[in-house]
Amino acid sequence: MNWRGGLLKFCEVAGLPIFEPFVRLAAGEDKKEQFVGIAKYVLLPIVAIALFLGFWAMAANTVVTDSAKLPSPKATWDAGAQLIAMHYEQKQADRLAKQEKVGEAVRYMAEAKAYGEAAEKATGAKKEALEAKSLSLKKRAVSAVNYEPSSAPTFIDQIWTSVGTVFFGFLLATLVAVPLGVLCGMSPWFNAALTPFIQVFKPVSPLAWLPLAFIVIMWYYAGYSAGETFFNKAFLISATTVCLCSLWPTLVNTTLGVASVDKDFINVADVLRLSWAQRLFKIILPASLPLMFAGMRISLGVGWMVLIAADMLAQNPGLGKFVWDEFQNGSELTYARIAFSVFVIGMIGLVLDRIMIFFRNLVSFGNPAPA
Amino acid sequence: MRGYVELFRLGKTYDTHKGPVVIVEDFDLNLERGEYVALLGHSGCGKSTVLTMVAGLNPITTGGVAIDGREIDGPGPDRGVVFQSPCLMPWMTALDNVMLGVNQVYRNASKNDRIDLASYYLNLVGLGGSLHKRAKDLSQGMQQRVGIARAFALKPKMLLLDEPFGMLDSLTRMELQEILLEILVRDKVTTVMVTHDVDEALFMSDRVVMMTNGPRARVGAIFSLPFERPRVRADVLDHPEYYEYRRKMIQFLEEQDHRKLKADAEAREQAKKQDEAEEQQVAEAV
Repeated sequence: MNWRGGLLKFCEVAGLPIFEPFVRLAAGEDKKEQFVGIAKYVLLPIVAIALFLGFWAMAANTVVTDSAKLPSPKATWDAGAQLIAMHYEQKQADRLAKQEKVGEAVRYMAEAKAYGEAAEKATGAKKEALEAKSLSLKKRAVSAVNYEPSSAPTFIDQIWTSVGTVFFGFLLATLVAVPLGVLCGMSPWFNAALTPFIQVFKPVSPLAWLPLAFIVIMWYYAGYSAGETFFNKAFLISATTVCLCSLWPTLVNTTLGVASVDKDFINVADVLRLSWAQRLFKIILPASLPLMFAGMRISLGVGWMVLIAADMLAQNPGLGKFVWDEFQNGSELTYARIAFSVFVIGMIGLVLDRIMIFFRNLVSFGNPAPA
Repeated sequence: MRGYVELFRLGKTYDTHKGPVVIVEDFDLNLERGEYVALLGHSGCGKSTVLTMVAGLNPITTGGVAIDGREIDGPGPDRGVVFQSPCLMPWMTALDNVMLGVNQVYRNASKNDRIDLASYYLNLVGLGGSLHKRAKDLSQGMQQRVGIARAFALKPKMLLLDEPFGMLDSLTRMELQEILLEILVRDKVTTVMVTHDVDEALFMSDRVVMMTNGPRARVGAIFSLPFERPRVRADVLDHPEYYEYRRKMIQFLEEQDHRKLKADAEAREQAKKQDEAEEQQVAEAV
């Protein structure tokens, strides 16, 4: 029955109690008990969701203005399906265009080769003309091979851009917040120096940060044109805003985790006269990991929320920009598409949260976090 | 007489918002090399304060502690400490927990030698089969065994036990008491154990130091026990003087209790009188 234990452990660590009754059922445990579990974790939510959809459909029939109406669940679903279908159509078209260009390049190369051979046989001015022709054909072939489709990003592209931006911002925040938090937790002096900054900047909304992040990036990238820099400017502005907002929960929790390491562990370190580095890496860091990860989980959640707003303002490609553009377009499908985006944003937020719960539970020595 | 371990007029004063409170005062004690001394007293009398001061984990207010002719200055691996809670790093294996100290003390030994040493002591406490289990997966009793192995593996000059079996059930407690004594037969380490269990003190120690109740706790009485080593529980219990010693110790503790009750009653009486006097004054003033 080893797979049973392993799967149950996984459900617990991943914060997915929804699968637990199914695992137990498959392992041949008491059926009645498991059906109670399924009713609780599966049937009840399904009923709740069905009720919600019912109310939504009713509201969609009621909330109607001259120019627009609240999209119904069906309209939202259709708009979503269409967005995804559009993505695949677009990619298919891009692929075909690319194939065509590659074919063109092959043709150019063949012609260039023919001209080259002709040039070898010829002499004088004729030879030079043939060689020049061959060279220009080769150049055309290279540019054809390097062709990149320049179609507008689709909904799915925007999702990936957003996820990439949030992870990059979150990574930056973690790289800054964890070392600072460790220092704050270990040294009351350092903590005293940093506390005013934390207290004042923590409650600031991302939208206030954004223009400041904007000028810093503009200053840094002054003199470069688009495409010359490793990062896209708008991407960096969004990521920096995410970083500045998701810094604080990790910083505060890391400080708390490091400062509240069990006194007994510190006593052990004192008795053994561990060096500063040993104390940090063998005792303080492992002991404060659960709280640190709890902070990182909040940080990632905050980052994802902030990103949508930052994307809207910075006009960085991403879900926020998608929602904003749709709103500006004001087509018939606008509101259904926005409703679908809301759903997608929520689902991605959920997945990000589960990922962080998983990591937190991995390092929490057998005290899983409440999901 | 100079002992191997000397506690000289050891005292501890805590500053509280009501002013300084003297917990322990003029605590004098000499231990011979290899001796096992138990500190016995009521909860909160300052036994643990004395022990943590000897361990160097608690700053000494007055007096001093010398081990092997050198005064202590802060904590160090020459004094192995076993705390009441096992204090293992839950994310490390049993072996790694012991290795944490061994690596620190035997920096020059080869890695294999260090692992051998740590495994040797884990074997002695009966954990030979659980070297690579994580501490969080061990039972409380097993964790405390690792704690004991960790303390011995440092080859300390002195062993300090702070109610080491206090959190265990009585069967596990007896088992661990015997294991500890067995190891002490091989490695004769000078030991101070804090306990409030009279039978534990009688079974384990050479001398039992009875502490008076705090504040201003000090040595109240010292009993030298005549039981032979190595100790066998049945023999100790059958010893003609066992119950005599036990009676005396419990009598001492009860006297301390009475004294405390009496002192408390007096304090209450005093406070009452003061209140009455104040009320009188108020009444007169009105």
